[in-house]
Amino acid sequence: MLKFIVRRVLLMIPTLFIISALVYFIIDLPPGDCVTSQIDELLARGDADAHQRAEELRDLYGLNQPLWQRYFDWVGGIFRWDFGLSCQDTVPVADLIGERMALTLIMESTTIAFIWIVSFVIGVYAATHQYRMGDYVASFIGFVGLSVPNFLLALVLLYVGKVYFGLSIGGLMDPEYIDKPFSWGKFVSVAEHLIIPVIVIGMSGTAGMIRRLRANLLDELQKQYVVTGRAKGLPPLRLLIKYPLRHAINPFVADIGGLLPDVISGSVIVSVVLSLPTTGPMLLGALKTQDVNLAATFLLFVAVLTVIGMLISDLALAALDPRIRFGATSEK
Amino acid sequence: MTDQTSAPPSGPRKPAPQPGRTPHFVNREPWDPYVAERLTADQEKYYMAGQWKLMWWRFRRHRPAVVSMIFLALMYFSTAISEWIAPYDLHSRHSAYIFAPPQEVHLFHEGKFLGPFVYGLKTERDPETLQRVYTPDPAKPMPLRFFCSGAAYEFWGMIDATFHFVCPAEGGQFFWLGTDRLGRDLFSRIVYAARISLTIGIIGITLSFALALILGGLAGYYGGWVDNVVQRITEIIKSFPHLPLWLALSAALPVTWSPLVIYFGITIILALLDWPGLGRAVRSKLLSLREEDYAAAAQMMGAKPGRIIGRHLLPGFMSHLIASATLSIPSMILAETALSFLGLGLRPPITSWGVLLNEATDINVVAVNWWLMLPVVPVILVILAYQFMGDGMRDAADPYA
Repeated sequence: MLKFIVRRVLLMIPTLFIISALVYFIIDLPPGDCVTSQIDELLARGDADAHQRAEELRDLYGLNQPLWQRYFDWVGGIFRWDFGLSCQDTVPVADLIGERMALTLIMESTTIAFIWIVSFVIGVYAATHQYRMGDYVASFIGFVGLSVPNFLLALVLLYVGKVYFGLSIGGLMDPEYIDKPFSWGKFVSVAEHLIIPVIVIGMSGTAGMIRRLRANLLDELQKQYVVTGRAKGLPPLRLLIKYPLRHAINPFVADIGGLLPDVISGSVIVSVVLSLPTTGPMLLGALKTQDVNLAATFLLFVAVLTVIGMLISDLALAALDPRIRFGATSEK
Repeated sequence: MTDQTSAPPSGPRKPAPQPGRTPHFVNREPWDPYVAERLTADQEKYYMAGQWKLMWWRFRRHRPAVVSMIFLALMYFSTAISEWIAPYDLHSRHSAYIFAPPQEVHLFHEGKFLGPFVYGLKTERDPETLQRVYTPDPAKPMPLRFFCSGAAYEFWGMIDATFHFVCPAEGGQFFWLGTDRLGRDLFSRIVYAARISLTIGIIGITLSFALALILGGLAGYYGGWVDNVVQRITEIIKSFPHLPLWLALSAALPVTWSPLVIYFGITIILALLDWPGLGRAVRSKLLSLREEDYAAAAQMMGAKPGRIIGRHLLPGFMSHLIASATLSIPSMILAETALSFLGLGLRPPITSWGVLLNEATDINVVAVNWWLMLPVVPVILVILAYQFMGDGMRDAADPYA
């Protein structure tokens, strides 16, 4: 088991390395750099020193150095929690991202928990009540959840909330708590504001999970051992929990590998729509202005999050499934 | 084994039927021991039908899938004749009607049947907010014209024409779904945008399909280190959240490129991240199929790998592939919509549903001019239709099951 964990952790390192390099180069790909747009502004205002100022800025950000050197400077800095300067406001990236990353993390883990709990309850109910009203309702919700893109859902909710309830559901906390230290009131406020984003982001994941759990459980429930158990007079609930549910729950853990990227993608776009103070809107802005250090740091953060999530899911799966634990290769 | 069906011979020993009882009946025909094996015409048709025919029969039984297919066919057909359907051009501006609300289509004017018509719009300025307020003017019914000559356009950008299915009355307006901030008719724009939004899914999936076939095929057939490399790549791509990567990649498309090149750039980006799912399916199917006897036989007869894969292995699971490809078209359309919505996808003048929705990012604008959110409707309908159709195709993909 220890060997398994160590191997997995060691595998993470090259993966992260490749991703960070790729991302860094991609962001730097288009012609021009983050100074260009600032300089255009200065020029438009008729600033005579614009070109000289541009050179100063480029020196400051090290943009005159070759790309690979900037990349290694950036990577080297990461280990000292120094992500370089953000190009837009000449502030160290580390100062910009702290709270945003924390809020993102909170939002995403809440979403995962939401998906698990809701889809577990609904999925089991739908499978045990196949072709009844509840099942159809669940299937319908599932279909809507899968087919309505979450950012559109966010837009519609935003609209409904604004027009019919007079709510402002943008942001993640009441204005009076912004930039305040952590307190109980702030926690409650954040929790209240989290409800809508979590539902919106978790919608499609929940729908998929319900479908899978229902299908798996239905498969399992048709097997002969269940019939045998029922014939021998096992109480229905015990019969359900003791064997079929355990089988059906396996993909639940395994699928987090597919779930996590979706949740992260969803959280990026939904937080742009709802203008949440998470990493999404800042990432978008950084990409648009070619703020390489900032954007790459966010993307690296996303990558780390994904990889760690995968690791946890693999470990949980190994703990659940002896076939994986003992190194038998399985295709899935 | 005689095949004649003559009437049962009536012998003299036949007992008189008793009332209330089934008469005792003995068939004098020689008994045909193969009767259970003989096929009826229907069965014969079924057993002789080819694979694709069977799939079609199976697919036809899935009602929602058939309805969805017809709907999608109509949608795609509409992209061929967008110019006729849209009453206005994609870019024509009506500066007198900025943010005009949707005009209701009426049939009766003051209790009199007038055919489909709209009321003209009266423009006033709100004295406080200084916004324009449009109210329908019940004094001015403007009957719609059908199969008429209206705004001039170039059909497919080539032939000058003026034919439309629906036109506003002479000198009148017909903004069925309202107008946007430049006074452009939203309905016309949605119709034209379907061209881009619908084709981007098809082109994207074609690219991703080709990538999946080539890379998955190589990995599955050769195995070994090729397989290993392809597997690692797919794992990395699959495990990384797509949206941030899409954002990064499309932000990397230079601003100086023409919108058309950007369009192809975006499809390539979408395909680049989409193929691993399909590629995996290709690989695992090939891995299992190449162990089959007929593959080994072909190999021993000296067939080249390309022929074995293309001629013997691929047809075995092509239907599955097409079904899963169909199921991933919606995600492509959605991805494009999301990118354009965020302002990193297609750029005007190329107009897709996402580009239209880009105007709906500002919630305050949307709260006042709610019709700007209407492009959501075709997106959702098309996505739903593809889901249903894909489900039907997946069920039909294995007709022998």
